[in-house]
Amino acid sequence: MAALLAVLLVVALPLSAPARLDDPELRDRARELFQEMRCVVCQSEPIATSNAEMAADMRELIRDQLRAGKSNAEIKAYLRRRYGDYVLLKPPVQPTTYVLWYGPAGIIILGLIGVAIFLRRMRARWRVEADAAHAAHEETTRGAGSRRDG
Amino acid sequence: MIVEFGHFALILALGVSVVQASVPMLGARRGHPGLMAAATPAAVALLGLVGCAFLALMHAYVVSDFSVLNVVKNSHSLKPFLYKLTGVWGNHEGSMLLWILVLALFGAIVGVFGRNLPPALKARTLAVQGLIAFGFLLFTVLTSNPFTRVPDPPAEGQGLNPLLQDPGLAFHPPMLYTGYVGFSIVFAFAVAALIEGRVDAAWARWVRPWTLLAWCFLTAGIALGSWWAYYELGWGGWWFWDPVENASFLPWLTGTALLHSAIVVERREALKTWTILLAIVTFAMSLIGTFLVRSGVLTSVHAFATDPDRGVFILALLVAAIGGGFGLYAWRAPQLKGGGVFAPVSREGALVLNNLFLTAGAATVFLGTLYPLALEALGGGKVSVGPPYFNATFIPLMLPMLAALGVGPMLGWKRGDLRGALQRLTAAFVLAAACAVALAVVLGGRGMLGVLALALAVWLGASVVVELAERLGVRRGGPATWWRRAKGLPRAGWGMSLAHLGLAVAITGMAASTLWERDYIGPVEPGQPVEVGGYTFTFHGVTTVAGANWTAQQGRFTVTADGEEIAVLKPGRRHFIVSGDTTTETAIATRPLGDLFAAIREQREGEGYTARLFFKPLVTWIWVGGLLMVAGGIVSLSDRRLRVGAPARPRRRQARGAAWRGA
Repeated sequence: MAALLAVLLVVALPLSAPARLDDPELRDRARELFQEMRCVVCQSEPIATSNAEMAADMRELIRDQLRAGKSNAEIKAYLRRRYGDYVLLKPPVQPTTYVLWYGPAGIIILGLIGVAIFLRRMRARWRVEADAAHAAHEETTRGAGSRRDG
Repeated sequence: MIVEFGHFALILALGVSVVQASVPMLGARRGHPGLMAAATPAAVALLGLVGCAFLALMHAYVVSDFSVLNVVKNSHSLKPFLYKLTGVWGNHEGSMLLWILVLALFGAIVGVFGRNLPPALKARTLAVQGLIAFGFLLFTVLTSNPFTRVPDPPAEGQGLNPLLQDPGLAFHPPMLYTGYVGFSIVFAFAVAALIEGRVDAAWARWVRPWTLLAWCFLTAGIALGSWWAYYELGWGGWWFWDPVENASFLPWLTGTALLHSAIVVERREALKTWTILLAIVTFAMSLIGTFLVRSGVLTSVHAFATDPDRGVFILALLVAAIGGGFGLYAWRAPQLKGGGVFAPVSREGALVLNNLFLTAGAATVFLGTLYPLALEALGGGKVSVGPPYFNATFIPLMLPMLAALGVGPMLGWKRGDLRGALQRLTAAFVLAAACAVALAVVLGGRGMLGVLALALAVWLGASVVVELAERLGVRRGGPATWWRRAKGLPRAGWGMSLAHLGLAVAITGMAASTLWERDYIGPVEPGQPVEVGGYTFTFHGVTTVAGANWTAQQGRFTVTADGEEIAVLKPGRRHFIVSGDTTTETAIATRPLGDLFAAIREQREGEGYTARLFFKPLVTWIWVGGLLMVAGGIVSLSDRRLRVGAPARPRRRQARGAAWRGA
């Protein structure tokens, strides 16, 4: 975080006057896009929060495109052509990112299968033991006491 | 002279760590009590020597000894005294020394207070601890020596980074390191247990307090870092899924899983090998965290490759510790005898589910954090993995865990009654469902994920209350009985309730501040009101204020609600004269419903100002929740069963254990 800030301070400061969008709907879309685009000269920061000149230029670029009536997808595609995959904070789903995108689902599915197998085996052992305990219990106390740790 | 003394102490410490790592291990292998007993004095000597080295470095900072390279680079004679002290660990070399100091401190505590540990286990644990210390001492002495002198001492230092002069940041690294290093003790216990081939309840009773302690510090460190980012950076965000943040979050996730699985080992002697594995993984994550932050690999894979000394060394340490740990695990774990059995629907089963979700979550964060590095290193191109990815993958994994978390504590050990538990939770469920429906209607289908999270937070909070009420016997008896029962409840049970409640509070804060955040980012004119989330911010211009070593441009906003002035906010930008740095000074007013937040910046010379104005509902709940979690951990830690050295009175413990039905 400190390193990030140091970088930020060095490249920071001169800001162009933000030409706000007049249409509130466009403004919301701009905000959404700003969050999904990486400031390509910063350390893992979206252009929404970056003070870098580069980020300000990119924000302006997006505003221009919005004014020109482009859709979010078109704008993302345009920025991606211009700066590469690196600019997208939500990486595209493509062969090089299959592991990234499908990994978590794979992990939880494998984990669920593993846990299911583990619990099944545990249940089998539990039944054997519970039967044995039950039998022993019947044998010795004949229902005199109650189990305290159920 | 004092610097040389410290340097010498550091090198001596390296020698002592070799003794600590080898002699007790040999003694444990041969069953030689004298050799095993060498562990404690070695651990204490290590603490003494590392302590001397640390104090020597601190002294160099306090007197601004600019013949020491580290002081030149990171200090300045004009720095306030507090930040001269904290500057000791505000840099790479000093922070490594701090790491080792905490390590030595924990080792010495195990040595001195671990009188009733089985001698062989204690000897092996301290030996592993010594081995870790050896690795880090070698790294520090060879590649990151804080005592290097400069031949030509300058008159003044270079380090006056104003951003680092902040209490939030000054105490954030020691907290995190104490957490990381605390897990090293747990790792050492796990490795020692693997070598011994025995894991039992007594082992877990030693492991659990250390895990809890490390977890408390890590939780506090993460919360502090997040709070710092919130008030200092001026973006209004509190978590950025930045790799550096993820590096501390990873051991937290696996550490939380470990905390819960250790309970099962302690209570039921089940999940032994899994707990050992988690102990190894958690320390591995701590090391990876250190590696990510310290090797420069995050800035760029290429930066790492061109200046490889430190990076390669840490990587080698990582491979040795993790590889060694996993290797030993693969070899010895199958020989560990299985423990208690339980039905799938039981407290144990619920804790297995908790572990599944937490580790899957950790794996997801790990994937997202390291994938871009791996892909680039393998020549697959550059991709960015940012918040949108984690929101899409991590959060969906955590929501079912929250749902299960409400039920888990209601299930009995060994075999639980799921239907009965759900029936007892009917009120909590109805409350949460009503919240969900009401919110969905109010928001008109917007932000469904946030609504779900809020409803789950309500569900969790209500479940905690129901569970606690049952333990207090609220349905039976009057206030006198409740009070008697409340006093009789074990602290670990209270700790669980507090920590779970803290999670509910934190999630409420996260969801609410995301769902109802309102902002205005744009130009502000003096006298012109701006409406943000029902509050009216009026800008009153900027004045120049002078401080000790800075001048600031300070804006003034008054905030009114329903025509009544409720707050004055004075955000500004501080310009530090000596260093030339500028920092954002955000202004935050915490109101019952949420924070009013303002940050300001000059557009261009004489061209007016741009402001970021936010209304952030319930955002403070995030950190209050974090505090509650830490408080829960501390309360649980104070349970006498877990107190370090407490297993001295087995009879009393059994009596309490029988009455104990909490977590």
